Amino acid sequence: MGALANQLPIGLSIAAVLLLIALGLTFTFGQMGVINMAHGEFIMAGAYTAYLLQGFTSQSFLIALPVAFVVAGLMGLLLEWSLIRRFYGRPLDTLLLTWGVSLVLQQLARDIFGAPNVQVTAPGWLVGGVDLLGVRLPYNRMFIIVLAVLCVVGVWVYLTKLPQGRRMRAVVQNRELAGYSGIATGRVDRFTFLLGSGLAGVAGVALTLVGPVGPSLGTFYIVDAFLVVVAGGLGQLRGAVLAALALGFLNGYLEFWTDASLAKVLVFVAIIAFLQVRPQGMFVLKGRTLV
Amino acid sequence: MRPRTLKRGLIALLLPALLATACVDDPSSNAGASGDDIKVGILHSLSGTMAISEVTVRDAELLAIEEINAKGGVLGKKLVPVTEDGASDWPTFAEKAQKLISQDKVATVFGGWTSASRKAMLPVFERNKALLWYPVQYEGLESSPYIFYTGATTNQQIVPALDYLAAQGKKKMFLVGSDYVFPRTANKIIKAYAAAKGIEIAGEEYTPLGHTEYSTLVNKIADAKPDAVFNTLNGDSNVAFFKQLRGSGITPQTTPVVSVSVAEEEVKGIGPENVAGHLVAWNYYQTTTTPANDAFVKAFKAKYGADKVTSDPMEAGYNAVYLWAAAVAKAGTVEVEAVKKAAGGISIEAPEGTTTIDGENQHVAKTARIGLVQADGQIKEVWSSPGPIKPDPYLKSYDWAGGLS
Repeated sequence: MGALANQLPIGLSIAAVLLLIALGLTFTFGQMGVINMAHGEFIMAGAYTAYLLQGFTSQSFLIALPVAFVVAGLMGLLLEWSLIRRFYGRPLDTLLLTWGVSLVLQQLARDIFGAPNVQVTAPGWLVGGVDLLGVRLPYNRMFIIVLAVLCVVGVWVYLTKLPQGRRMRAVVQNRELAGYSGIATGRVDRFTFLLGSGLAGVAGVALTLVGPVGPSLGTFYIVDAFLVVVAGGLGQLRGAVLAALALGFLNGYLEFWTDASLAKVLVFVAIIAFLQVRPQGMFVLKGRTLV
Repeated sequence: MRPRTLKRGLIALLLPALLATACVDDPSSNAGASGDDIKVGILHSLSGTMAISEVTVRDAELLAIEEINAKGGVLGKKLVPVTEDGASDWPTFAEKAQKLISQDKVATVFGGWTSASRKAMLPVFERNKALLWYPVQYEGLESSPYIFYTGATTNQQIVPALDYLAAQGKKKMFLVGSDYVFPRTANKIIKAYAAAKGIEIAGEEYTPLGHTEYSTLVNKIADAKPDAVFNTLNGDSNVAFFKQLRGSGITPQTTPVVSVSVAEEEVKGIGPENVAGHLVAWNYYQTTTTPANDAFVKAFKAKYGADKVTSDPMEAGYNAVYLWAAAVAKAGTVEVEAVKKAAGGISIEAPEGTTTIDGENQHVAKTARIGLVQADGQIKEVWSSPGPIKPDPYLKSYDWAGGLS
């Protein structure tokens, strides 16, 4: 019974990891329709940022969060500006293009940092955990949950309260009309991409607490990130949150009752079945354009 | 189509064909030895999830080749390594092995890490009657006439580790492994051992290669309360497993984890603070004290950097090159059948101590060692077998293992 109760925070923390890695994608894939296979490598860039910054000060882990946002964001900006903007409206070409970019970035990481995993030491206050009513709560998991919540709130405020966010939504809903209304759609695209990639960088820093830091880090998370965005509905923040929670708990409990390999299969089956019933995901953007 | 595009298209079509013929029409292509050189193949994953481990073995093998060349080579000829990337993808291993044998005409190949890659390469080497030197501990129950196994088989690693745990009074074990052939076979052996010796198996869990979410598994371990965890996870998963185990309140004092695929290199990537106090089972550690090991560690750091560590599979890969060179020197030729015949009984003073090739099953006799991971990332030996253990890949000399092969 204790173990079953323990699965609750575990499901929540799996959901938090899923949400962190998928949040950036809700921008680039969800809002802009760019199938960015290099998203995982922006996560990797964030993780390596944490690696490079450690040891400078005692709080370098916290400092790494905004720095990774800027590093990964700029990488995303560069990718959008140099390549992706030439491929808008050609999703299949973009997929191949960004997949190629992801392979290049992985090899680059391998050449710079070496093939073996590197060590990112978690700050002392994130080591260990606490027992609460018989439920074990590791500090690093709690930190990831809090960070995911903060990121979601930040994104929500940006999308609904700030003029830039409103402009972004305008471009997503009707690019032509937004352009005619005087919105510089190209600049909005670039900024959206910067934000999405930057969030991937933040996720990368957080993942150093629980996962490996190596050149193939991105490949472990990219599929899960796409699953969350697709199941949640393209471009839908609340969809991504709900999908991450659903997949997190589903994963946690299915693995508890069966095993890791079978749980993965069952989750895929569940998602396929769900998309048969609701191909558009949990939530759908209501608009007059035929997408 | 405009003429310019047509011309480009033609060139694009012809170029690979031209290159291919250029490679096939190599006139000096008999059995790896041509002129003053002997070509040897090196086939490891330099990309993908296994690159973390396999790149270091390649480095050790290249070091051995360099050292042998500095001492005048083999049969008066220099060794020239031809390196290929298996890309953590098993069909790629088979394909590249075929390429090394038939296109590069290498005298032998040093390569592989996962059992899946070895199983993929095995038919290629048997079909071509070519030689593979496989440098990693594995699940046993195999003895191909065209493979030399320089890593431990089960009776030189897993069985001694179980003996050690039993001697420590561990009565209840939890098995954790990656979902492929090595962990599944290893656990079959462990379960047979446990059944015979009255040890309870509290759980048996597998996760896909590259899996990074271990909180559920850790929860299951906490729930089962075993005396020890036997860990056959491979690759990056170990990092996630140990990082998530540490936050869970399971300590090495109450529940030590015994790993058979975590060596010095992996400890560095996991972070020593996350794995310190847990146990590992190998045949060699960087701290092993032999004159040959002092020289090996010194040469490796000089070539690749002072912050580099040496580990068991690296040492086994390094030995493989020396053992093959000794066999070639004894045979007087690089011809495969002659080398195989000469190899039995060949013995070298390796960094791990004396290692001797068993002519019967083409494994090597090795000393088993249990190590304790230290906070500085090094591994301290806490137990070793009295001498090199004779390889027994089919566990024929163990009565409890009767139903396994």
